[in-house]
Amino acid sequence: MKAVRRRRMLILAFLFCGGSVTVALAVVALQQYINHFYLPHEILDGTAPIDRQIRAGGMVVHESVVYEAEGLMTTFELSDLKGSTFSVRYEGLLPSLFREGQGAIVIGILNERKTFIANEVLAKHDENYVPPELKDLHEANDP
Amino acid sequence: MSPEIFFRGSLMWVYCLYLIGILGLSLGTIWGLFFVPPEKFQGDSFRIMFIHVPAAHLSQIIYIGIAVAGVVYIVWRTKMADVFMAAAAPVGLITTGLALLSGIVWGKPTWGTWWVWDARTISVLILFFLFFGQIALRQAVSRPERAAFAVSVLAIVGAINIPIIKYSVEWFTTLHQPASITLTRESAISMVFLIPLLINIASFYIYIAGVVLAGMRTLVLRRHKHTSWVQAWTGSS
Repeated sequence: MKAVRRRRMLILAFLFCGGSVTVALAVVALQQYINHFYLPHEILDGTAPIDRQIRAGGMVVHESVVYEAEGLMTTFELSDLKGSTFSVRYEGLLPSLFREGQGAIVIGILNERKTFIANEVLAKHDENYVPPELKDLHEANDP
Repeated sequence: MSPEIFFRGSLMWVYCLYLIGILGLSLGTIWGLFFVPPEKFQGDSFRIMFIHVPAAHLSQIIYIGIAVAGVVYIVWRTKMADVFMAAAAPVGLITTGLALLSGIVWGKPTWGTWWVWDARTISVLILFFLFFGQIALRQAVSRPERAAFAVSVLAIVGAINIPIIKYSVEWFTTLHQPASITLTRESAISMVFLIPLLINIASFYIYIAGVVLAGMRTLVLRRHKHTSWVQAWTGSS
């Protein structure tokens, strides 16, 4: 390879590596802003700010969803399945994919008693795509 | 390769790629839309993935192709690498736009919102702007060699965004789900959905190759319009 081409390649390699390092540093510095939501243990240990609009996410705990008799008020619990759980109050219509055992993102305010007052609930879909019959089979095999 | 040989030899390829690509896309899309059962939780809205996944995948592949062509242009000053970048950028803009639009339409019934600002959606939006920047920068610089150089540098620096798109769903908490199809693990998409999806992805590769090749042919013709072979081919003098 000619010297001039080798030099151009080196300059490009430096350019790309320099750019990558810059972006990597920026990403590490901005980590908490890039993360879309707080995890349940961050809600409990005080990492998540109180009385400020934030997002939090977790898996909807089985049999925790309670619909109040009057109105659209719903309460449920979000968990990381590793022991951290917090409860959410939400008034409004839940997305059709919201269900127990699936992920959900809540947008709203955390109060001092660690109850999340949500004004919006989003359903998080996981990466699994299964036809109806197969899903039933899975559940039958794996109680 | 001489532009003339490229131009004369590529016509058959364009026809073949278009034919196979369109047949494959029709097969995969009709199969996916009409002949697979609805998904357990999402119902019929999951069928958007037969468009969304190929479009999102090809957007990144096209960008990687442009970045590699940028390296080739800067190191070897290959003119065809520049022709490739010029032809591929608008195609990438459209596929990225398609991926964003189909994702927006899927997000409403699935997530409950049209759009969220999470790491995946933002990095793909940046990819959209990078393709736009490719086109705009080329238009803005009047001397063709300067424009090719500038576009190459932009392509190489912008390539940093590609691993960010890929790993955004693992490095950060996002609303967008992690990848379902990976080389290392068994697919998280059931086989009945996976087959038409893979047909669509493969066909989209072939179809996009045809579109980019056809675009390159047009650019070669335009750039060599004063040469005798182009004038002989077009019949003008």
